[in-house]
Amino acid sequence: MVQDKTWGSRLFDIFNYILLTVVALVTILPFIHVIAGSFATVKEVTQKSFLLIPTEFTLDAYRYIFSTDTILRSLFVSIGITIIGTLFSMFLTTMMAYGLSRRDLDGRRVIMFMVVFTMLFNGGMIPTFLVVKAMGLIDSYMALILPTAINAFNLIIMRNFFQNLPAGLEEAAKIDGCNDIGILFRIVLPLSKPVLATISLFYAVTYWNTYMNAILYLNDPTKWPIQVVLRQIVILASGMSVDGAAFDPDFVAPPEQTVKMAVIVVATVPVLLVYPFLQKYFAKGALLGSIKD
Amino acid sequence: MKSQTAIDQQTVIKRKMRSELWKRIDRNKLLYLMILPGLIYFLIFKYAPMWGLVIAFQDYQPYLGVMGSEWVGLEHFRTLFSDPWFWTIFKNTLLLFLFNLLFFFPIPIILALMLNEVRLQFFKRTVQTMVYIPHFMSWVIIVSISFVMLTKDGGIINDLIAMLGFEKINFLLSSEWFRPMYILQVIWREAGWGTIIYLAAIAAVDPQLYEAARMDGAGRFRQIWHITLPAIRSVIVILLILKIGDILELGFEHVYLLLNPMNRDVAEIFDTFVYTTGLQQGNYSYSAAVGFFKSIIGLILVVLANRLAKKFGEEGVY
Repeated sequence: MVQDKTWGSRLFDIFNYILLTVVALVTILPFIHVIAGSFATVKEVTQKSFLLIPTEFTLDAYRYIFSTDTILRSLFVSIGITIIGTLFSMFLTTMMAYGLSRRDLDGRRVIMFMVVFTMLFNGGMIPTFLVVKAMGLIDSYMALILPTAINAFNLIIMRNFFQNLPAGLEEAAKIDGCNDIGILFRIVLPLSKPVLATISLFYAVTYWNTYMNAILYLNDPTKWPIQVVLRQIVILASGMSVDGAAFDPDFVAPPEQTVKMAVIVVATVPVLLVYPFLQKYFAKGALLGSIKD
Repeated sequence: MKSQTAIDQQTVIKRKMRSELWKRIDRNKLLYLMILPGLIYFLIFKYAPMWGLVIAFQDYQPYLGVMGSEWVGLEHFRTLFSDPWFWTIFKNTLLLFLFNLLFFFPIPIILALMLNEVRLQFFKRTVQTMVYIPHFMSWVIIVSISFVMLTKDGGIINDLIAMLGFEKINFLLSSEWFRPMYILQVIWREAGWGTIIYLAAIAAVDPQLYEAARMDGAGRFRQIWHITLPAIRSVIVILLILKIGDILELGFEHVYLLLNPMNRDVAEIFDTFVYTTGLQQGNYSYSAAVGFFKSIIGLILVVLANRLAKKFGEEGVY
């Protein structure tokens, strides 16, 4: 592309670059501030001698939050829910998306409409709660997985991806005597790695971030995932003994701010770790499914 | 009067078609089997609750169940509309939606236009990587980070305010700061992510159009105005329709995390009200009625917005 080199155009570029730099920095500085603050020493916190990067590092806040089971246990719950939930959701979503991607399937439009309609209208919190209760899922970990097992949007994205694969492949496999399950696992899925990776990561992040389901369906504090514990400690400021766990009385507690920051970091880091992988895929247009049929 | 043979022929054709259909269904047995688990999920967790909305017209008692509870018709709705608190919630919900529309909706569009003007691919990618991050953080994390930064004891923002010689502000417990805080958090979390769909639409624009515009002496702003914006107009319209349909879906999680007794008068919205009256106080029927009212309004608005868009020659959502 030829660039026009007028002064107006250059000025435009300079402003544009400066503004975008500011936007990017403002977006991530809070995260850096919290990560840095979680390692700060008592002295630096009380003297307010640093804004972004502390000069002395200490792990006191982390030692403190891991000195009882509360955080560890909730992390364990979150990791379990994330792994099992993602596998379960992917299984359901992939199967359904493939079935709905086949144009020779009678009734596919009706089922598709059923799926899209749930995006426009839903029963809402109370009737959903009563259904979950009737299923006997209250206070069970499955309550964090089953009620939100399939995301309609993810299903549609995946179906559109399958639909855009060349039809000739399936025909050829059929002639070779493959049945539908064989076609899905031997032909379609190996060709769909980008979309499978993207949707898996979406599900994984959603399960890791699960919060609403937990406060709706889990009354037992020892079953809470990390997000609920994080809210208790940071937003409700209930201190570290969320579930009445006892602390070692000789433990000198670090400043409240650094403790809170450390808990935030613990809840944030797993997402930041998968983020580069996520990013690799989602920008590739794997997401640009539309609702149109 | 049809002759006997014609009728025979018709039944033969009908039978043939029916047997064809059965043959196709039989051939696709495995596909139906694949769809089945997902379909069961939708029936149980999406359609059963819709049917469960009938409790909004009952005096629902958990021990009697949906079938055994007494019907009360529109009584809950009557109570609802005569409750001044309901109108407060209505106003709060509407105002938050308007804030969303005015202060959030245009931002991803502007950001996408800015990113599109960047020629240095490496710079563009870096900025994109950074601004997408918050979208993958839960509302709990977003609100928690805001809390540790805004708190009066040791929050960096209030420390800066004090350093500049001003009075510290109690952001978290005040009514007047709730809406700005809410909308800033929405912008922080979603503005970057919202650019993706616009950037994809812009990518489909023919570069020759820009060449031609430059030949005609259009500057950068005029190129954006006359070429880029028209190219993404239909995407903007579609997203606007979806947004209007979500007029009452402001994110239960987000508002509930910010809600406290000090800001309840401006922060209580339909979703949080349903949660507190329904699940914490056990008024299932009454809160289901509130939820029902909310969902119906949302549905009507989507349909209306879609009609409107089609009237103005745009493609609708469906």
